[in-house]
Amino acid sequence: MATVSDAGDDIADAAVPEGVDLPEGLEPESADSDVEEGAKEVPRGLPLRVKGLRKEFGGITAVDGASFDVEEGSLTGLIGPNGAGKSTTFNCITGVHEPTAGDVFFRGEEITGLAPHEITRRGLVRTFQIARQLDEMTVLENVMLAPGGQRGESIARSVVPGLRGGVVEQERELREEAWETLEFFELDHLATEYAGNLSGGQRKLLELARALMTDPEVLLLDEPFAGVNPTLEEKLLDRIHDLREQGLTFLLVEHDMDLIMENCEHVIVMHQGRVLDEGPPEQIQDNEEVVEAYLGGEV
Amino acid sequence: MSESTARDALDPLRALFAHDAAKVTAMFLAIWALFYAFGTVLGYGNNGLLALVRRVTFLAAVYGIVVLALNIQWGYAGLFNIGVAGFMAVGAYTVSMLSGSPTGVPPGLGLPLPIGILGGMLAATVVGLVAALPALRLKADYLAIVTVALSEIIRITYNTPAFANITGGASGFDNLPTSPANALLLSDPSSTISEPTAVGEAVFSLFAQFGIQRFTAINTVYTVGVLVVLLVVYLVLERAGKSPFGRVLKAVREDETAAQSLGKDTQNFKVRAFALGCGLMGLAGILWFAMGPRASVTPVTFRPNITFYIFIALIIGGAGSNTGSVLGGALFASLLFEAPPVVRNIVTDAFDVSADPSNLIEALVPVAGGDLVPLAGFLLNNIDTLRFIGMGVLLVVLVQRRPDGLLGARKETAAGVSLAANTRPDRSDAAGNGGGDGE
Amino acid sequence: MEANPAVERGLRAARRSPGAAVVWAVAAVLFLDLLAKLAGVSLGPFSTPWFALWFGGDVPLSQFAGFAWDGVVIGAVIGLASIGLSLTYSILNFANFAHGDYLTAGAFSGWAATYVIAGIGGLLALAETFVNALTGLGQSRAGDVDLVSLVLLRTPPLDAGANIWLSPLAIVVGLAVAVAVTAGVALALDRVVYRPMRDADGISLLIASIGVAFTLRYLVAFVFGNSRRIVTSTEQLPSLDVAGAVTSAVPFLAPARSSVVVDLHEVTLVVVAALLMFGLHVLLQRTKLGKAMRAMADNRALAQVTGIPTERVIRSTWLIGAGMTGAAGYLLVLSQGGLGFQTGWLLLLLIFAAVIMGGIGSIYGAIAGGLVIGLASRVSLVWLQGDLSSFARPTAFALMILILLFRPSGIFGGVKTA
Repeated sequence: MATVSDAGDDIADAAVPEGVDLPEGLEPESADSDVEEGAKEVPRGLPLRVKGLRKEFGGITAVDGASFDVEEGSLTGLIGPNGAGKSTTFNCITGVHEPTAGDVFFRGEEITGLAPHEITRRGLVRTFQIARQLDEMTVLENVMLAPGGQRGESIARSVVPGLRGGVVEQERELREEAWETLEFFELDHLATEYAGNLSGGQRKLLELARALMTDPEVLLLDEPFAGVNPTLEEKLLDRIHDLREQGLTFLLVEHDMDLIMENCEHVIVMHQGRVLDEGPPEQIQDNEEVVEAYLGGEV
Repeated sequence: MSESTARDALDPLRALFAHDAAKVTAMFLAIWALFYAFGTVLGYGNNGLLALVRRVTFLAAVYGIVVLALNIQWGYAGLFNIGVAGFMAVGAYTVSMLSGSPTGVPPGLGLPLPIGILGGMLAATVVGLVAALPALRLKADYLAIVTVALSEIIRITYNTPAFANITGGASGFDNLPTSPANALLLSDPSSTISEPTAVGEAVFSLFAQFGIQRFTAINTVYTVGVLVVLLVVYLVLERAGKSPFGRVLKAVREDETAAQSLGKDTQNFKVRAFALGCGLMGLAGILWFAMGPRASVTPVTFRPNITFYIFIALIIGGAGSNTGSVLGGALFASLLFEAPPVVRNIVTDAFDVSADPSNLIEALVPVAGGDLVPLAGFLLNNIDTLRFIGMGVLLVVLVQRRPDGLLGARKETAAGVSLAANTRPDRSDAAGNGGGDGE
Repeated sequence: MEANPAVERGLRAARRSPGAAVVWAVAAVLFLDLLAKLAGVSLGPFSTPWFALWFGGDVPLSQFAGFAWDGVVIGAVIGLASIGLSLTYSILNFANFAHGDYLTAGAFSGWAATYVIAGIGGLLALAETFVNALTGLGQSRAGDVDLVSLVLLRTPPLDAGANIWLSPLAIVVGLAVAVAVTAGVALALDRVVYRPMRDADGISLLIASIGVAFTLRYLVAFVFGNSRRIVTSTEQLPSLDVAGAVTSAVPFLAPARSSVVVDLHEVTLVVVAALLMFGLHVLLQRTKLGKAMRAMADNRALAQVTGIPTERVIRSTWLIGAGMTGAAGYLLVLSQGGLGFQTGWLLLLLIFAAVIMGGIGSIYGAIAGGLVIGLASRVSLVWLQGDLSSFARPTAFALMILILLFRPSGIFGGVKTA
């Protein structure tokens, strides 16, 4: 699907004669040369690069040319006052929204405008600010849903007697894996509970567990600690650090400044849709502008 | 004490009823007993009794199939398709066109019946896909409007005089394919009085011992066949539902964005669920209208009303549950559809109600004078209309009070293996290890 | 060179949405074809392997005008009925599948009133009968007529005097009764069915409305019987052949090749519908109610927080919407004569088409959508001649499906409630 529309855009771009002024909104979303240049620039290993990202809703600009990189194996924090455009940035990166302009690269490949499921399959996986657990499915079902490449997702393989064996076998393996993951997040005692019955914090844990089951390389966590009690927050942080040691990369949107400063080695500050500053926590804390933005935003 | 012993005594029964097969069997037995009782009260002989019970069984079975098909679309994937009548029409018409006799009017292609049936299912699937594919992206209520409009377009197309030489127009497709039951039992399938085949000989003589006529015997054999198809469809959908495929459908129903964020191509799953459902609706249309007892393929049959009956049946049973679908289909077909006219006959016979007021006012006026007979007569004579009013009220009450139906089992777990607590690969407690792979 | 940007823009739009481009292209070809047909220009046949195609042809202007007038008449009814559906769809957030049956309820109740009044001999006679009955003096005029047959619409139309020329007052009162009864039915149903479900999702409400539709439709059948009947009389009804009148009035025109008959019932329908729509426009522009309704259509929770009395607005919505629908049902029967318990149900999908075309929640869109659907279903007869004429309704349905696929916000999307 995506390749088709890309090709369509290319033709369309080529068809626009030089010097013809297009009305606003019909401008090519990205000039071809730009894309190639961008792609060349992006190191293959770099987990995530956002370049000139822009998103407008009607007349409102939510993200206004944000650019940043996320380094391999890092725990990067994305902070900013309310309305700074953090969640919209997340949504543009993960394909929930199509950006008005700008590019997103994952491991050096452009993923701008791909469907959310395609982005997830490449290894860039997200959680949501308000946990999207599947209420009427059990915790175990929620977790077993996530892995890609499930044979049983084909109707024929699930139904036809001769082919079903492989499906059941894979399901057994997945079940085992799911139990392990739940144990890791200490949710195993809730495995047969319906997800709708979990507490807010448990839902956040479940979402992370589920995201992990997709076998991600980069995890984008949208306020994973909001509404989570301190004990559970501690637990969640421990898990994140454990996973980092296993080689995962994290980008974290968070409101709690202290938490970010203590745990992240790199912090990106957004304000009014732009990146205000980025760097190690100490540098951010000393930045007058950032403090101003926060105070200005709060008051 | 006595209470607990009573509970102990009932426990095995409860355990039995935990099994879906037991529920369905018990319900069919109850329906048969009820209609057997009806028939006895009406003084039917063996032949009449069997014909009555067979009729209600047939209707219960075809309803079961089509409700199951709707359940995979709505119950599992949350796709609100109210064009069921149209897809059944495509199935029934296509099989008639493919397998009808080439010399009949309107002419068919005379292909073997299995090819015709496959063709009918395929055609229903293709029509569903072509028309609904873009619509699957829409909001649920838009999809509803698109599908009901589509089913009307299909019906009007079959109805139009412009294509009457292909479709039979308003009078319907008269040249129906040979019923497989006739082909099995009779040497000349087109004539019920022809020489029986070897199988037919055996069947007819068996039925004759109970005083059952050949015509009833043929229809009974066909109905048993439909029950077998119902069983197969049930098993297929039960497996499809309780598999990773069904799991993704449930996720799509509950939160499509979440499913996408987990790497599921939700559109693709919706399309496949929709296609599977449409194909099975085509099959139901074939078994119901294109062959078997009182087969008739006419445009009026495929009015949207029938779609709504199927919805009521699904809501009675509980959307999301395959067993519930079968139960709901059977209950609707027997109690709401077949029972009222039979009950009317019983009451009319028993109380000798012969009053027949021509309208409601004439029926109500005597009530003031204490004479209830005209009103009773009027109600009984209009029982068909009352039945529809009752269905409407029932639908409202169900949605308000019991939106999950009988088996509001939207919560059946979807997996190819058991997901019970004892499936945990527990390293310390060996007892639970590997247990409960109730595949 | 100057046209270039426009062409380029068109091409780009076409590449972005090829489906919509095809739809527009087909529409353009049909429009040109219509012009050619009216001008009597014919090209072709262009033969394809399967059939031959003609472009243009010969369609008398008078025939086209006849189709167009029919389209306006049915379009006015659909427009009137679709206002209510559009309002409830946006404010209560569900597709009301019982809406067509509200229309039926209005038609039956209104015509029953008209029959009784006209059958007894007019309002005065009715009042006299009433007074006589109360005081016990004098002879009841009702004794001369079969009241039961009148109420149940079983008297022949001419005997009942169901004709605006012969008994205009009975028609006016009937219209008022249709409006009042439909509004009452809608309010009662809201109280019993929809109000307990205010927080339910749209699909649950939609299913409930299907139940309501069944109940209402078969209640009507239960009371009035399930036969379709003609309830108006066109005896002595003034009518005019517009085509003939125009060609004879204008000296240079050749005599019209077909007649365009407009009768007083049709004119009444269009005029009353226009007046009701205008009245609604004034009501919504001049009162707070219009503003409140718009606010609720946008965001119910927010409206509630800001102190808009949502229940009252919902009641007003049903009142206005159902009232208009009742009037539509009554007027439809006035112009077409036929009435059966399925009348409204059969019209429902066309009403949905109008609502969707106009953009859900837009009153003006609904009116315009009604006209477009009405015109489309009649003017399409220019192409769908003979046996194909049964495709007029599917044409309107197909139009609706296309709108849903390519412009779900409606072709007049953006025009809001007031």
